[in-house]
Amino acid sequence: MTTTASTRVTVPVIELSNVSREFRMGTHVVTALDGINLIIERGEMVAIIGPSGSGKSTLMNTLGCLDQPSSGSFMLNGQDVSDLSDDQLAETRSRQLGFVFQSYNLLPRETALSNVELPLKYAGGLSGYERRLAARTALDRVGLTERYDHLPMQMSGGEQQRVGIARALVQNPALILADEPTGNLDTNSSAEVIEMLRSLNEQDGKTIVVVTHDTEVAEAMKRIVVFRDGRIVDDRAVVHASADSNDNTTESNQ
Amino acid sequence: MNLVLLLSTALSSIGTNKLRASLTLLGIVIGVSSVIAMMAVGRGAQVSVTARISDLGTDLITVRPGAQAQRFAFFGGGGNSDVLSLEDAFALKDDVFAPDVRLIAPENSFSGTAAFGAENTFVNGVGVTAEYLEARNLVIASGRNISNVDVENISTVAVLGSETSKTLFGQRDPVGVTIKISGREFTVVGVIKSQQGTIFNPDSSVIVPITTVHYRLNNEKGLPDSISVSSINVLATSESTVDDARLDIATVLRLRHELAADDDDDFQITTQQDTIETLEGTQGTFVILLGSIAGISLLVGGIGVMNIMLVSVTERTREIGIRRAVGAKRRDILLQFVTEAVLMTFGGGIIGVLTGWAIAYFGNGATVAGDVIETAIETHIAVIALVVSVAVGLFFGIYPAVRAASLNPIEALRHE
Repeated sequence: MTTTASTRVTVPVIELSNVSREFRMGTHVVTALDGINLIIERGEMVAIIGPSGSGKSTLMNTLGCLDQPSSGSFMLNGQDVSDLSDDQLAETRSRQLGFVFQSYNLLPRETALSNVELPLKYAGGLSGYERRLAARTALDRVGLTERYDHLPMQMSGGEQQRVGIARALVQNPALILADEPTGNLDTNSSAEVIEMLRSLNEQDGKTIVVVTHDTEVAEAMKRIVVFRDGRIVDDRAVVHASADSNDNTTESNQ
Repeated sequence: MNLVLLLSTALSSIGTNKLRASLTLLGIVIGVSSVIAMMAVGRGAQVSVTARISDLGTDLITVRPGAQAQRFAFFGGGGNSDVLSLEDAFALKDDVFAPDVRLIAPENSFSGTAAFGAENTFVNGVGVTAEYLEARNLVIASGRNISNVDVENISTVAVLGSETSKTLFGQRDPVGVTIKISGREFTVVGVIKSQQGTIFNPDSSVIVPITTVHYRLNNEKGLPDSISVSSINVLATSESTVDDARLDIATVLRLRHELAADDDDDFQITTQQDTIETLEGTQGTFVILLGSIAGISLLVGGIGVMNIMLVSVTERTREIGIRRAVGAKRRDILLQFVTEAVLMTFGGGIIGVLTGWAIAYFGNGATVAGDVIETAIETHIAVIALVVSVAVGLFFGIYPAVRAASLNPIEALRHE
């Protein structure tokens, strides 16, 4: 695997090597991730599925730099993030990845625009005008031009999730992580969100990783990684009926 | 996050629950305004007392009988008299031994009633010599002063304080009228001009010759020189010779009382400066006491802030998780909550200072339980109060903020 890595022209967005995560619950130790090896290349669109307790949420927290592996290494865009400090992790979250949550996780008393601005405020370096401009651009991208000044409660679930996606986009990260992005949505809104993620992948070249237990969502992705008991038990490409010619899914990492 | 963002974030968070923020603020407002108002009242009392004492003249020295500390008096105290006599008083007017003494005015106070017709009133009686009025900075409004001839003749003449005169005679001029003081007939020869507002209020007094008090009112015998006095008022030649005069007095009295070198004085000498210092010391304690009581309410206000901030951290756990997930560092969260707490206490402090000033301003001259309240507003107290209110915010805001900052982002995001 090291040889294959050295021959790659581009650095993978995600490279997990033998990553384990253990939690101490009183006297006994729970292994949530058990020696995971996973490479996700730039431009991939991956679904991570598995029953609850399979370790997919822990994986998501690890990929999202909210949690760190107990052992093993996690290279994000070629940088080892497995032993960064708390502040460095916050910096990484703000600059290198966008997070989309099942329950949107918008600040309820802030407008769509100011919710999207939030990551820029913490990253610093931009003036108020530049921040608002970037936030508007992101909202425009997800089709919410009419909703800048709406509060989350004034919008539908699908719209709120699109605000969430805009917030994930605003720093223009290579990687977007979505944790059950359609879990709270009806069929139509789900389809919209999936379409939005596909479009971000295909048109903007974003790498997308979605954790889901919805097989329909998973089938809409280009690659499915199946988790069970903290291990990867299956990793396959999805063949779409519409015959995606540019399917660059890799088969690997067991 | 820069300061502007920090402030605007904190302000908008405070703004989301205005009622709660106002109530929290109110605690600080009450604390700070009571500190300001109490200090103004305390300082006002201090200033007016000092001013009143200074009205008496800073060259006034008072000599009273008795040792400074009477604690060991029952062992005999060396056989000394512990009494000041009229002779002691006259001995202080001595160009050789007491060159710095300009004037002496012995007095012997008594209390009794003054009656005219059906009217009668309690009076603060003072047996005096002619020098008394000058020593006490008093002037005659009508009639004449007690003269030293009256003193020699043990005359039954009296000079009334303005209040006494008003009680007995209303608006009429009492000069020449005969009144009864403690049952004896006295002729009124004068009235003292009202000195309302000074610490020594002569208005309800009656002054009579010191000899008359001794021989007629108290029915005592003995030579005039042996008459005991309750105190001797001494004026120094000038304000700058007060300390020299005090030494002169001590020297003369120690010689006269035949005190040995290691004996303590059997008299007390008090200058106006001593009185001012003693009273200022007492008043200082009073100010500190008032300030502390008010400070406690500020402390309670601070605890209120802490309480609300702790509730706020729990309620906003998810918000904290979201902020952390999109890139907020622990420091950002810490600063946000500390800023909110400090903004609330600082805002409360400003309103409190204004309220306190308003109370002090409009309360100046108000009468509470018969006493006129005087207030003195001091800017430095306001500055201190503001600094303290910010410190209260920091102190009581830091713990909730640390709790907020130390939340695990994953668990915070999961929080309902």
